[in-house]
Amino acid sequence: MADYDIPSITAPIDIPALKKGAMEHLSPFAAAPAHQEALGFPGELVDDWQSKAIDKFAELLRRSRALKVYMDSCVKCGACTDKCHYFLGSGDPKNMPVARQDLMRKVYRRNFTWAGKLVPWLVDAEDLTEELLDDWYTYFHQCSQCRRCSVFCPYGIDTAEVSMAAREIMDHIGKGQKYCNEIIGKVHKIGNNLGLPEAALRDTLDGLEEDIEEDTGVQVKLPVNVKGAEILLVTPSADFFAEPHVDGLIGYAKVFHQAGVSWTLSSYASEAANFALFIGSYEQMKLIAERIRKAAEDLGVKRIVFGECGHAWRVAYSFLNTLAGPFDFLDPAYPIPQHICEFTYDLIERGELTLDKSANDHMTLTYHDSCNVARGSRMGSSPGGQFEIPRAIIRACCNNFVDMAADTIREKTFCCGGGGGLLTDDLLEIRTKGAAPRMRALQEVVKDHGVTHMAAICAICKSQFAKVMPAYGFDMDCVVSLHQLVSNAIVLDGQTTSHSEEMSTE
Amino acid sequence: MAYECNGVTVETDEEGYITDISLWSRELAIQIAAEEDIEMDDDHWEVVNFLRNYYEEYQIAPAVRVLTKAIKKTLGADKGNSKYLYELFPYGPAKQACKIAGLPKPTGCI
Repeated sequence: MADYDIPSITAPIDIPALKKGAMEHLSPFAAAPAHQEALGFPGELVDDWQSKAIDKFAELLRRSRALKVYMDSCVKCGACTDKCHYFLGSGDPKNMPVARQDLMRKVYRRNFTWAGKLVPWLVDAEDLTEELLDDWYTYFHQCSQCRRCSVFCPYGIDTAEVSMAAREIMDHIGKGQKYCNEIIGKVHKIGNNLGLPEAALRDTLDGLEEDIEEDTGVQVKLPVNVKGAEILLVTPSADFFAEPHVDGLIGYAKVFHQAGVSWTLSSYASEAANFALFIGSYEQMKLIAERIRKAAEDLGVKRIVFGECGHAWRVAYSFLNTLAGPFDFLDPAYPIPQHICEFTYDLIERGELTLDKSANDHMTLTYHDSCNVARGSRMGSSPGGQFEIPRAIIRACCNNFVDMAADTIREKTFCCGGGGGLLTDDLLEIRTKGAAPRMRALQEVVKDHGVTHMAAICAICKSQFAKVMPAYGFDMDCVVSLHQLVSNAIVLDGQTTSHSEEMSTE
Repeated sequence: MAYECNGVTVETDEEGYITDISLWSRELAIQIAAEEDIEMDDDHWEVVNFLRNYYEEYQIAPAVRVLTKAIKKTLGADKGNSKYLYELFPYGPAKQACKIAGLPKPTGCI
């Protein structure tokens, strides 16, 4: 179906032969003026865009000492070159992290260093020309900000910060991306990425309550806007809408039910995702985070728990307190905020869940570490908890679990190919190519260990895999939600039906 | 891009979703479907009609689970699953069926 090459995954993925310009044709759709203006950005490219861009660049350098260090400290050692899934999948040299960042460093050198100002030809310094701006737009939207390359950078350069800064500069001169900016506008207006209004949310949740009761004979509630509930669950709106996400949501509901805690969703903060991270906008990120704080205060909850969403957990774990804190009205006895995996793991540790592992015997699982969880956050109280806790939950719920190759998991995990604001159809080609390293690792455990399914804890990863896996010969329902496994295994008090015969991916 | 339908020009966005949903008609749906290599039959219409009714009530397309449940009720258990919907709309029931039904594209991590 595709009119482009799908990388072969039958052999280990080697460093590809360079294909200059292989991906230069692929830029995302531009944000319409309405999408831009809703976020306070210019509707279209401003007249004096070059000077405005450099002004914004200067402002970002003043604001972020880290960005200046990242601009100055690269020595072009090349350690990052073959670490990017988009480079490995496309062979386009501008998808080498060092080359992608150099699109910005050239402009930095020209405008902010003496050598670049005086002898630009000696130091490869360039003005931000229209051609270079087009390269920025193209290639900074072929970076999923997954930070795998940063793990291998001897200087610790956070390449995601560079991509974020580039997008921030482009937004401020009127060159924004439709996918991210339209979605952020929907969060401001309606409360979630989907644009799902409260009535539709309630209708969807009512349907899920019916399904759970039909399956188990137990009335498990999925409450919305319940004042005085103990826990506010903030989860990606894809959990209400898409497959296999919704099976994860059912899993959270069953866990809360079995734990006997009162919980609620909020229609005002019906989104965990914070796409402002992807466009590097602190102001937008703060606005979205503040919705969560307001919902928690209005509902009078004592705890905030986040559902399965990769970058949301990074924003929640690492930045929520700075963006919207202090959360001194929450119960300090619990992590602020808490991940649903931490919540479930704690119950498992305390022996408070009855889990029938045989309910997942029709599957052999592997686990995909999502980049923002793996490299931008933590879970639990020990280092590496973000790797151990999800795996411990899977092992508690499944008899058959196998990890993929060591250089493709944990802190070295490969991006699914759709993160960082790239999960849009107009970028499907690079998404598909960028998935190749993960697909190769999956292929190995499928072949060697009979793996049938891959679990994930990120809405983007789940949607991306469901979309691109068929191109690599896997069924779209090979990807499952981690809490879908919990949902299958958990035995609720008073449960009347055994679900060991049910298929999880019905 | 634009469609000519019953003497009216109907504009679409860059992905082929019509921009003024009030200009939708059954004839237009057939044209959009043809563009997607889909020949509309009763099964397709069942889905498209459900989407439009749901949208009218809730101002959004239904979740995949809501759609499969509704189809299960009207067409039976063998058709109430995403596999069946993907057979009808290979590019995904949420996005492709919405396009044919004249509804905005669902956005987000989906």
